[in-house]
Amino acid sequence: MNRIEQVLPPRGGDLVKRHRLSTRIWHWINAVTLLVMLMSGLMIFNAHPHLYWGEYGANFDASWLDIGATRGGDGFLRIGPLRIETTGVLGVWTDPDGVTRTRAFPWWATIPSRYSLADARIWHLAFAWVLALGLLAYLVWSLVNGHVRRDLHIRPSEWKPAHIWHDVKQHARLRFATGAEALRYNVLQKLSYAGVLFVLLPLMIVTGLAMSPGTDAWAPFVTEVFGGRQSARSVHFICAWLLVAFFLVHIVMVLLAGPLNELRAMVTGRYRLPRERPAKDVPA
Amino acid sequence: MSGKSLLTRRGLIRSGALGAGALVLSGCDKLYSNPAFRGALESAEDLHRASQRLLGREALAREYAASQMSPIFRANGNREVGDPFYKRHLAQAFERWVLTVDGLVRQPLALPLSALRTMPQRTQITRHDCVEGWSAIGKWEGPQLGHVLDMAGLADTARYIVFHCADSFGAARYYESIDLVDAFHPQTILAWRMNDRPLDEAHGAPIRMRVERQLGYKHAKYVMRVEAVASLDGVYGGKGGFWEDSSGYAWYAGI
Repeated sequence: MNRIEQVLPPRGGDLVKRHRLSTRIWHWINAVTLLVMLMSGLMIFNAHPHLYWGEYGANFDASWLDIGATRGGDGFLRIGPLRIETTGVLGVWTDPDGVTRTRAFPWWATIPSRYSLADARIWHLAFAWVLALGLLAYLVWSLVNGHVRRDLHIRPSEWKPAHIWHDVKQHARLRFATGAEALRYNVLQKLSYAGVLFVLLPLMIVTGLAMSPGTDAWAPFVTEVFGGRQSARSVHFICAWLLVAFFLVHIVMVLLAGPLNELRAMVTGRYRLPRERPAKDVPA
Repeated sequence: MSGKSLLTRRGLIRSGALGAGALVLSGCDKLYSNPAFRGALESAEDLHRASQRLLGREALAREYAASQMSPIFRANGNREVGDPFYKRHLAQAFERWVLTVDGLVRQPLALPLSALRTMPQRTQITRHDCVEGWSAIGKWEGPQLGHVLDMAGLADTARYIVFHCADSFGAARYYESIDLVDAFHPQTILAWRMNDRPLDEAHGAPIRMRVERQLGYKHAKYVMRVEAVASLDGVYGGKGGFWEDSSGYAWYAGI
């Protein structure tokens, strides 16, 4: 490589370095961990498929969410006054042996696939360490190596509503950044990555700890800040589904942006910059 | 991109996702049946106990005001005891019943309920957290286990306290065990009163353990005998509790 090439800014079509090793390692460990956490968590939920607000909550108390089965054998999901028929998926479903089961989440969504609260807890509480220590290490390292400052920090100009609105419109038109522009995260990407890294994942960990009677003794604020253990359990459940929503959007965006190129970037770190659009396409 | 290739891609993604899902599931179940893998996951229990002990060895569980109590305290596990010996004592309001305290102690004890009631008492309104996920707040009263153990005088070799219960699941007796940190914790009491009334059968009469920093299954009901042991190996199934033996629940249930 000669000097001239080095100082030229990257252009569309160039293969450039995109993701650091720390980002790639954490991304894949975290992907596996979150999948295990979600599926084992759904099994734990199956042991008591009701959610409450406040400190206490059990069968005689008012719940805000239930998944269950009617006497007639219909599965349902109830959120407040809203009731949705879910037979076949939630509440009532058929297992691989053809047996009808009346558990909240179906076999294909849970770890293990057969009902076992004890086994689900073993999975969940072991992988919780991977999630928490992995996130901690990644956040500390990303602060040290400048990833947060350089790539995730949202600049004042990016906070402007007009800028955000412009980005929303670009996304809606599926017009993604090209050339050197594609090296930087846009504001919606920054908001969602920062939201996951600094809000959703830490909330999952703190609300998880809040449900531990041991932790609640030496760190009562982790429960109190949510308004009680059952509230923390509800927030834990809601944040889990927000992470699922992030995952779905993330996958759709990867597919739209070119799955092989994106996958290569997250495996090898190298990314081919999308080619610039012809000049007539550029909005005035 | 042509519509045809999009369809193919969509089809590929769909079958890929389904295949990956099935693979994840059968893979996880298969992986878990490998003793080494399961053992690695289960070893996290040691980490839970060590970290909780490190950060809050002496910490007290939160206590609540009477106004924060659950209107109805759910009874769980066994709500009745079939054992005729127990039934007889229940009918006599446990007037001739005694709690046995033995094992690795200098002075084995046989404590009638009246003795337990007249010892120094501790009253606490605490939150009961079931492993299933629900919680109920109730008021408990009884002597501290540490006080009873001091009366019996623990031998130096004692490491665990085992609670032998009157109830059974099928042929298996219920039992539980805790270490000495929890045994001598000030909130670990032999509760004979709940919500200002003598404990009823559904909630574990005559005595139910309160081990406030652990999940509900550690709070053994219908306690007949308190035994100090050096190891849990020879006790029932050897894992320290009924649910631990029968279903693989963690012995340390602080999380």
